[in-house]
Amino acid sequence: MSNSTDFLLALEGVTVSFDGFKAVNDLNLYIDKGELRVIIGPNGAGKTTVLDLICGRTRVSGGSIKFKDQEITGLKEHEIVRRGIGRKFQTPSIYEDLTVFENLELSIPRGRNVVGALFWQRSEEVVERVHQIAKMIFLFDFLSRSAETLSHGQKQWLEIGMLLIQDPELLMLDEPVAGMSVSERAKTAELLNEIIKHRSVIVIEHDMKFVESIAHRVTVLHQGKILAEGDMDTIQHDPKVKEVYLGH
Amino acid sequence: MWNPTNKKLDLELVGFALIALLILVVLPLSVDAFRLNLVGKYLTYAFVAVGLVLCWGYTGILSLGQGVFFGLGGYCMAMFLKLEASSVANTKIQSTPGIPDFMDWNQLTELPFFWVPFKSLPFALFAVIAVPAIAAFILSFAMFKRRVGGVYFAIITQAVAAVLTILIIGRQGYTGGINGITDLRTLLGWDIRTDGAKYILYFVCCVLLLGSMFLARFVLSSKLGRLLVAIRDKEDRVRFSGYSVGDFKIFIFCLASAIAAVGGAMFSLQVGFMSPSFVGIVPSIEMVIFCAVGGRHSLVGAVIGTLIVNWAKTSFSETFPELWLFAMGGLFIAVVLAFPRGLAGLFTDQILPLIKRVGMRTGALPKPAPAE
Ligand SMILES: Nc1ncnc2c1ncn2[C@@H]1O[C@H](COP(=O)(O)OP(=O)(O)OP(=O)(O)O)[C@@H](O)[C@H]1O
Ligand SMILES: [Mg+2]
Repeated sequence: MSNSTDFLLALEGVTVSFDGFKAVNDLNLYIDKGELRVIIGPNGAGKTTVLDLICGRTRVSGGSIKFKDQEITGLKEHEIVRRGIGRKFQTPSIYEDLTVFENLELSIPRGRNVVGALFWQRSEEVVERVHQIAKMIFLFDFLSRSAETLSHGQKQWLEIGMLLIQDPELLMLDEPVAGMSVSERAKTAELLNEIIKHRSVIVIEHDMKFVESIAHRVTVLHQGKILAEGDMDTIQHDPKVKEVYLGH
Repeated sequence: MWNPTNKKLDLELVGFALIALLILVVLPLSVDAFRLNLVGKYLTYAFVAVGLVLCWGYTGILSLGQGVFFGLGGYCMAMFLKLEASSVANTKIQSTPGIPDFMDWNQLTELPFFWVPFKSLPFALFAVIAVPAIAAFILSFAMFKRRVGGVYFAIITQAVAAVLTILIIGRQGYTGGINGITDLRTLLGWDIRTDGAKYILYFVCCVLLLGSMFLARFVLSSKLGRLLVAIRDKEDRVRFSGYSVGDFKIFIFCLASAIAAVGGAMFSLQVGFMSPSFVGIVPSIEMVIFCAVGGRHSLVGAVIGTLIVNWAKTSFSETFPELWLFAMGGLFIAVVLAFPRGLAGLFTDQILPLIKRVGMRTGALPKPAPAE
């Protein structure tokens, strides 16, 4: 690996243990600018935990996480977000009691302190931005609907939209197509291919078909460690991977 | 579920107008001075209920210690009034004239230092808001920055209410003890015990309450209001959208407490005393019940709920005083189980559709466009 400044995100020697159990163990992971990386691995491999560590939800026990060459371990969650890292949760996490429009509006990265939020004005520009994102995530016709009435797949899109409107440099998606129908999956793949043009994306996914449709580079995680890394073809033919994960 | 459409906000404005009509016109014209003063007392609790709509209904922060802030506001006001009532001329029979009577009974010979600034009305009025707000800030900062929430926060607020009550009762030389601060007489020479004064204070209380409701409405209809709902719903999503969630919780808790404190100050003025029986666990829980019965997602509901429960309490405890606590407990359980959104929810879900249907049948209301 060359000079570390080439990477948008660099995890080095990252370890976290829960009561002695090492969920992530001495992990090195480098993400380039503009890269789409897929992380796969069996249940409990530590995939979600890696995202938790990057976005500050869980504190590292050891190692370093650098974003744009700056250490981000120890920053507060909202500070990490403001540096340019967005994260989608494994189960769709949206504001059910608000409308689709309001969900997106609240995610616009302005007026984020108490005073700013109190005197926030819904300007033309805001409405336009919300409309633009809503079109991307196939929810333009649902803007005034209460978010709780959306289908599971639409909720997933909405959460992706809430991240897109923040325009993060690094977007992390935890199982974005879980619970989606076949046609919804295809649309999501199309959406991801659009999103990735402007930023780096980390996707965690179980669905191999979906992975094939988007994957550029794949990292296989197993028991908190990297088992293999490479393009989809190499991974699918790697005997170690076959054994622990693809296994059939 | 609750959905903040513009239509709902307009309905709220109608509700505000009806409350204003009720408390400013109908009640003053229809009840005697004694009953009106009683309504005024109920309305001081409505301030607390309005605050609870903000922090509990919208943000999901259940505080079982709002009596603390009501009480602190009330005590700040009562301290000023007590000092004015304890002029040297009024207290010349005491061994130390010029200090409040309960201090004299407790062998104090000098006004405690923290009482001294309360000789000034501007300071006392400032303290009515500032003291409870600072207390709320310290409590909420310590809790929310450490991510203590939910039931744990509710228990902590109970503990604070209990501790403050014990403190007030225990330090009677400084606080008036269990009797509280009593025998309040004048405000800058104006006798607040007369019917005329009570009448005026009642209207001041109404105006301040309506003002608090409009302030709360402004906050809730801003983006901050929608953020509060978002925090109640998915706190983590808000945090990972770049907001410092703790700041918003601290803000709304302090605002709710400051509003409760204004109610406390109006209580001291209208009822003429303040005592630890409005600070502790039981009154704090009662205030939550007022809000729950009216509907914790509705400013209008919270005020109406407060009036109805208190009216019931007064009529009930005149006839069966020992049964009231059971009735109240039963009421709370019934509301939580059967109408979690209180009277306001009952109104918007049941009564409003009924009115619409009847209105449409009689042709008074236009038919809505057919649903998709
Ligand atoms: N906060 C925590 N405390 C204790 N153990 C945890 C915690 N978070 C995760 N773990 C454990 O760490 C391991 C990795 O969990 P993680 O959620 O990262 O797996 P995953 O790869 O995302 O799995 P899945 O595919 O099921 O989502 C699991 O064994 C889990 O039980
Ligand atoms: Mg996971």
